[in-house]
Amino acid sequence: MATRPRPRLTPLNRFYWEAGREGVLKIMQCRECGTWIHPAAPICPSCLSENVAPQPVEGTGGIYSITVNYQAWAPGLDVPYAIARVALDGVDGVLLTTNIVGDGAVEAAIGDRVQVCFEEQDGIWFPLFTRAQEDKR
Amino acid sequence: MSNKSDPVISGVGQSAVGKFVDRSPLLLTIDAIKEALDDAGLTLADIDGVSTWPGRVETMLEMAPVGCDDVIEALRLNVTWYNGAYETAAQYSAIGDAVAAVRAGWARHVIAFRTISQGSARKKPEEFPSVHPKGIAGVMANTLPYHAYSAANWVAQYASRHFHDYGTTREQLGQIAINARRNGALNPKAIFREPITMDDYLAARMISSPLCLYDCDTLSDASTVVIVSAADTARDLRNIPIRIDAVAQALPGRYTWDQPVEPACYPTARRLWELSDYSIKDVDIGQLYDGFSFLTLQWIEALGLCPIGEGGRYLEGGHRIARDGEFPINTNGGQIAAGRTHAFGYVREAVRQLRGQAGETQVDRDMKVCVTGAGGGPLSMAMLLARD
Ligand SMILES: [Zn+2]
Repeated sequence: MATRPRPRLTPLNRFYWEAGREGVLKIMQCRECGTWIHPAAPICPSCLSENVAPQPVEGTGGIYSITVNYQAWAPGLDVPYAIARVALDGVDGVLLTTNIVGDGAVEAAIGDRVQVCFEEQDGIWFPLFTRAQEDKR
Repeated sequence: MSNKSDPVISGVGQSAVGKFVDRSPLLLTIDAIKEALDDAGLTLADIDGVSTWPGRVETMLEMAPVGCDDVIEALRLNVTWYNGAYETAAQYSAIGDAVAAVRAGWARHVIAFRTISQGSARKKPEEFPSVHPKGIAGVMANTLPYHAYSAANWVAQYASRHFHDYGTTREQLGQIAINARRNGALNPKAIFREPITMDDYLAARMISSPLCLYDCDTLSDASTVVIVSAADTARDLRNIPIRIDAVAQALPGRYTWDQPVEPACYPTARRLWELSDYSIKDVDIGQLYDGFSFLTLQWIEALGLCPIGEGGRYLEGGHRIARDGEFPINTNGGQIAAGRTHAFGYVREAVRQLRGQAGETQVDRDMKVCVTGAGGGPLSMAMLLARD
């Protein structure tokens, strides 16, 4: 597959892109009121507390929306592939745009259960998702 | 309903439009300016304001090749106000901000332009280097790494969810493209002038499901100019002034294509009706953004032509939106048939329709009010244009 465009790492988002090194997905959360903050920000949008920190999350969720891309937008891009927005379990108000990969990825549908996995590229661990076992058809 | 202080559109103009036009973006812009000046009966000496969206942006020159400074320099314009900026509501910000400037007395005749070189950039990428030093920042940093390069991918997320939640079908959505191509067949400037059938639509190759080839506009080279003028200049103009009744924008808390917030067109349309004495029932015709057909469906819902979720059923059969239907839309073929003018083409078409000067694409009825909406996701701006 073609190289993934690289997000610019900052002191604020570095934890998110490197969390996969330990195989755990992390999302910024407010320590005062529990609000999830994604993409990461230095302040809670609910209570304006600056006491925010990366929090490990389960890494499971459901597909909120999905598209299968067939157009080769760039050289070396293997099509088709699935791009989804995933609603993470226990992480209200956050969707992760991601790729569904592995068996049956392009047959995945809204509502399917998914599980995070990581793909490393030059020191960035991209959170991708595979369909949970019971959902494979 | 007429407010005598409302700024007017005094002239519209457009360069050649095509998948590739062998002319520099600046010269295309000046072609459009000349045509708009002629349309309005104005000269360069009358112009005291320049406005564009999103300005010249070095990280996406194919989208944003010409800034206000380029135009002011090239034409040695003496201006009292100018503005080109990306952190604004949508393509129509160039027009909406000109309206505000004219209302404030900062300028009396503003050239608002939108120039785009995505056709040339595909043919000659070396002339339009897209540079992201040190990686992707901002709103796209969580999207582009997943090979979600195109707005087709971002819009498809909304479309797939709408299909899931409301039972919207490809046959319903397909009416947007079929209508566009039917209207484009009448437009001598359209890029695609052959109508398509539902069979053609359903057989087309997928781009990003559920959006197929015909759901997407085509990358183009184009420049379109709208001259915004003070109300008290209207009597000196060559052509019929079109009053800008209301301009609305809204952003519901998050500048994002991918988080669970309402697309900005919905609150924008609610705001539009707050700002105007008109209601949707007073509107004769619509020019609604069809860079991707699903965005048109969202505008149809947002503006209140049908309840939210009913956009697919509203489109069924295509008769409502046809040129002889109850609410004709995208009468020049929209961007799907007439090319990605990036929203300004709808304003040009609206003005020509309201004046009765749309030539082959003219809708055969007396029309007073047109609504136009541009943008998708977090980008959104809408306007009501009226012939008094
Ligand atoms: Zn908080």
